[in-house]
Amino acid sequence: MLATREAPPTAQLGTPVEDKLYNVRFKTDETASHLIIVNQELCVRCDDKPCTYFCPVAVYKWEPGVQRITVGYEKCVECGACRIGCPPHNIAWRYPRGGFGCQYKNG
Amino acid sequence: MVAEKFDVVVVGAGLAGTAAAYTLAKAGVKTLLVERGDYPGSKNVMGGVIYRQPLEKILPGWWREAPIERPVAEESIWILTEDSAVKVGYRSERFAEEPYNAFTVLRAKFDKWFADKAVEAGAVLVTETVVEDVLRHNGQIVGVRTNRPDGDIAAHVVIAADGVNSLLSQKVGLHGELPPDRVALAVKEIIQLGTQKIDERFTLENGEGATIELFGDATLGMLGYGFIYTNKDTLSVGLGVLLSQLIARKVTPNYLLERFKAHPMVRRLLADGEQKEYMAHLIPEGGWPQIPPLYAPGYLVVGDAAGMVNGAFREGSNYAAISGKLAALTAIEALERGDFGRAMMARYVERLQESFIADDLAGYSRLSRFAHQNPHLLTAYPRLLCDAAHALLTVDGTPKRLKFAEIVRKALRQRPPLALARDVAGALRARP
Repeated sequence: MLATREAPPTAQLGTPVEDKLYNVRFKTDETASHLIIVNQELCVRCDDKPCTYFCPVAVYKWEPGVQRITVGYEKCVECGACRIGCPPHNIAWRYPRGGFGCQYKNG
Repeated sequence: MVAEKFDVVVVGAGLAGTAAAYTLAKAGVKTLLVERGDYPGSKNVMGGVIYRQPLEKILPGWWREAPIERPVAEESIWILTEDSAVKVGYRSERFAEEPYNAFTVLRAKFDKWFADKAVEAGAVLVTETVVEDVLRHNGQIVGVRTNRPDGDIAAHVVIAADGVNSLLSQKVGLHGELPPDRVALAVKEIIQLGTQKIDERFTLENGEGATIELFGDATLGMLGYGFIYTNKDTLSVGLGVLLSQLIARKVTPNYLLERFKAHPMVRRLLADGEQKEYMAHLIPEGGWPQIPPLYAPGYLVVGDAAGMVNGAFREGSNYAAISGKLAALTAIEALERGDFGRAMMARYVERLQESFIADDLAGYSRLSRFAHQNPHLLTAYPRLLCDAAHALLTVDGTPKRLKFAEIVRKALRQRPPLALARDVAGALRARP
């Protein structure tokens, strides 16, 4: 039944992360994103586009039609992985404005 | 925002920053504690174990009034393959008695309480405020610049407790960006289960708690581990893996977490639980091969911002709190002498070297380097252990003598004698 527990990266198992985020309280800064892709050209040339899978809340999505990475900063939980993991260091990462962003009840 | 001048500004109200602010305020130092979240703890995450003894050095008897979840009476390590587990654990009645050894906590609640203690002691707390940079004058750091209008705050000493994403120390020029093989990405969920179910499933009574760390298949063999910690009526369930390995493996953290939760050894413990909160956080990884630059004139770095985590022993909160106190003592001495220069700030590193922190983190860096250089450790050995246990415990008419011979033969096929000897010698050299 569990012959192999390895699965391709796109495999869906259990609860999708989008559903889990309903349980996280956010105060969204509507004025500006605290995550900015510096140069979209680098994303076009980036082979794996790893930000689209290693971000724990799937902030980054590749849109093949417009050849751009979109940034869903409003669901960012401010872990900092994208700033470190982006191969060409192409993400300008700031903390959200004071009082904005995620607000954990348990932590 | 705050018109007065402070002696010390502490950036970040986690365990390190609040321990520093509390120690300073107790000594009568004018202290400002700056937090970017709505309240202290609102941005803070850890697996969930805090130790009693180190924090006693800051706030004696803290655990009698702090919002703890459960004292830890049992600690286990499970080594997993896809369908099996070798389990090792220790439980003691002495751990279930006062004054206890360790507790599970939820940081959003704990840090809020701890910061209140610093405020009671006389520290000024401002929340919803991001420190953007330091203020400099003649090579000396003389305060911080916040995102608020007129948000410059002057101080004799700045203590950076801004966590693993320490942008402040990058601005000061102490270090550059962390590489992806020096941080672990951790994801965690709070799962509501109810006190009674937790007690039954983990065989607990009288409010005592249990911790389980799970290696091997828990992380698809990547460097890191899964964890299950019992809170009062919830479980903290999560895993952390080295970011570089996660990227190379091309899986999402949520997929890893869901896969872990579906493991046959894990899902029974979580069954019927309700997901309450999902979170992610980075953990600095790798210890201190040598002590990193932790000070500049008028500037000290503490806690996660200083990389003070020992992943193998899941310790970090205790180093954070103690380093906060040691930085505070250094700032107090500097204020007494009116000297905020490099040599005076270096007294902080001397204090760290006299404490258990520098020793622990040097040891951990050896262990961490060994694990980095031997990525097979968490794939080959779980398989080897589980296969051996399975063969030994299976009654199939084979004489025991032949079974042992078969186990050894199989093990040597997976790890030939030389490789095995290298692993053992490496592990012995790398031990803490």
